Amino acid sequence: MINLELNEEYLELKQTVREFAVEVVAPVSAKHDAEHSFPYGVMAQMGEMGLFGLPFDEEYGGMGGDYFALALAIEELARVDQSVAITLEAGVSLGAMPIHRFGTQAQKERWLPALCAGTELAGFGLTETGAGSDAGGTATTATLRDGNWVLNGSKEFITNSGTEISTLVTATAVTGTKTRADGSTAKEISTILVPRDTPGYTVEKAYDKVGWRASDTHPLRFEDATVPEENLLGERGRGYANFLSILDEGRIAIAALGTGAAQGCLDEATAYAKTRVTFGKAIGENQGISFKLARMAARVHASRLAYYAAAAKMLAGKDFKTEAAIAKLVAGEAAMDNARDATQIFGGYGFMNETLVARHYRDSKILEIGEGTTEVQLLLIARSLGL
Amino acid sequence: MKIVVLIKQVPDTAEERILDPATGRLDREASDAVIDEITERALELALSVKDGDKSTEVVVATMGPKEALKSIRKALSMGADSGIHVLDDGLAGADLVVTASVLAAALRDTGADLFIAGNESTDGRAGMLPAMIAEHLGLPLLGSLVAADISAQSVSGQRATEAGTQDVSAAYPAIVTVTERFAEARFPNFKGILGAKRKPVSTLSAAELGDTGQISSSVLEVSQRPPRTAGAKITDDGNAAAQLVDFLASRRLI
Repeated sequence: MINLELNEEYLELKQTVREFAVEVVAPVSAKHDAEHSFPYGVMAQMGEMGLFGLPFDEEYGGMGGDYFALALAIEELARVDQSVAITLEAGVSLGAMPIHRFGTQAQKERWLPALCAGTELAGFGLTETGAGSDAGGTATTATLRDGNWVLNGSKEFITNSGTEISTLVTATAVTGTKTRADGSTAKEISTILVPRDTPGYTVEKAYDKVGWRASDTHPLRFEDATVPEENLLGERGRGYANFLSILDEGRIAIAALGTGAAQGCLDEATAYAKTRVTFGKAIGENQGISFKLARMAARVHASRLAYYAAAAKMLAGKDFKTEAAIAKLVAGEAAMDNARDATQIFGGYGFMNETLVARHYRDSKILEIGEGTTEVQLLLIARSLGL
Repeated sequence: MKIVVLIKQVPDTAEERILDPATGRLDREASDAVIDEITERALELALSVKDGDKSTEVVVATMGPKEALKSIRKALSMGADSGIHVLDDGLAGADLVVTASVLAAALRDTGADLFIAGNESTDGRAGMLPAMIAEHLGLPLLGSLVAADISAQSVSGQRATEAGTQDVSAAYPAIVTVTERFAEARFPNFKGILGAKRKPVSTLSAAELGDTGQISSSVLEVSQRPPRTAGAKITDDGNAAAQLVDFLASRRLI
């Protein structure tokens, strides 16, 4: 059971994505960040490499790999560019996965091939002004009328919703009221597929974000947006439960992203500490700096082991909810802590936007917020303790 | 159509490349071993033909130590169909004459229409091997192409020379060598990585290839490149140009 060595295929994938990240992604990262632009060229190449199809069946154009392969790819991309990594993470784990997991044969055939190829992107419409961590607060409604779902409401912070290749959003909406076993009532939440060209569906202007600036994020608005009844994804009334299961595995992917970010900060800061000379010696020769780097290395290692362990349980078909929450918590904090330390080691240069550590500094904060805040992870872990 | 691509495993040019002073050979421990970037472009050219016509068979061939199998596997994960690995401890330190004779013997019965190689490798840089193989096999060689058009019956291309561009062509079977002007190689995808394991690689020893001659050259001595020393500094006091000309003339550079 104790075997943390990656097999040859995982290793080769990791190595391939690393080369791609260094040779293709890194050279254009600063430009896309500064211009707040979506890296279409990079995405097209990632599509050709099959990264968007990693965990999906070959039947739908997938690569026949698994979720851990995806996590490894995300980690390697995040070392140099978190925006690119989150675009892949959201595209696969939030965009395509719900369709793969809960879709009908027809829905899978309609959407998965292009999503696997990376030629189209789907967004995951969960968050609203009054509903984020508390997904039960969903206010968007979908009413069944004459064989169609009519949606009204709005969504916030939806990744991959407004690019030129964004063709779909999977939206949670209140479809009625359900009665619980104890007689109390609750909102019945379901999931509806809303194609980009649906009249009444508007993708609003992109946000001006602190970080992840080359990733595409918009508010969405539905005003009598009407789609056929068969666009219901999964069972009616299971929307909330289905979303939670998607978020559980998404946490492993986000933990991989945090690990990559923390590693990228460590790599940059270590190289800088060896070459930057003050008072006649490299700054890394001072324990004030070397101990900081040692702590950064320990954080990276702990994060990586945490997400490997969560993924191992998931692939073994065991309950991995708590391990995924721990991995997300540890890796998100590792990224932020390492970004802060790396910036400190870089001194003034670390405050300049053109350096990678400055970008990691801005990018990493969201890792303590997105896909379940740090507090939500703590809540989940505390629950596992019976509290 | 069958294309055989000659690939070579070399030390990564991004890292420090050093020779072992005891043997005069490459220190393979000193840097990562990768597919030579020019032969990777040769492979990309072959794979682009396969993209257009799926019935095209692409074989990669190399002579090298055990680790060279890693480069063959990488080529297979990128899309090549099979590999030929000439592996023999007796070939360690083989010179160009023996290498050409060995590779020619390994390639002779492949039935390939077209052989593609790099015009030179990034480590040895002799740039002779493809021509020597062409001689052994009695094939036309279109060397150092900057563009190529591969059709079902023949190959044509342009070769840049100091005076201009030559248009060259040959009927199959033929050998072409490509330069760095060709497209960069693709990245393998995960399906390719998984599939590479199941693709066949035939391993050949020198004995299986018949009489391929003896290594007839030997390295007497190697030494490190001397460290760079500071050059002369000319401060412009009005006749810097004259001093520069004198300096260049003293080195017989002008």
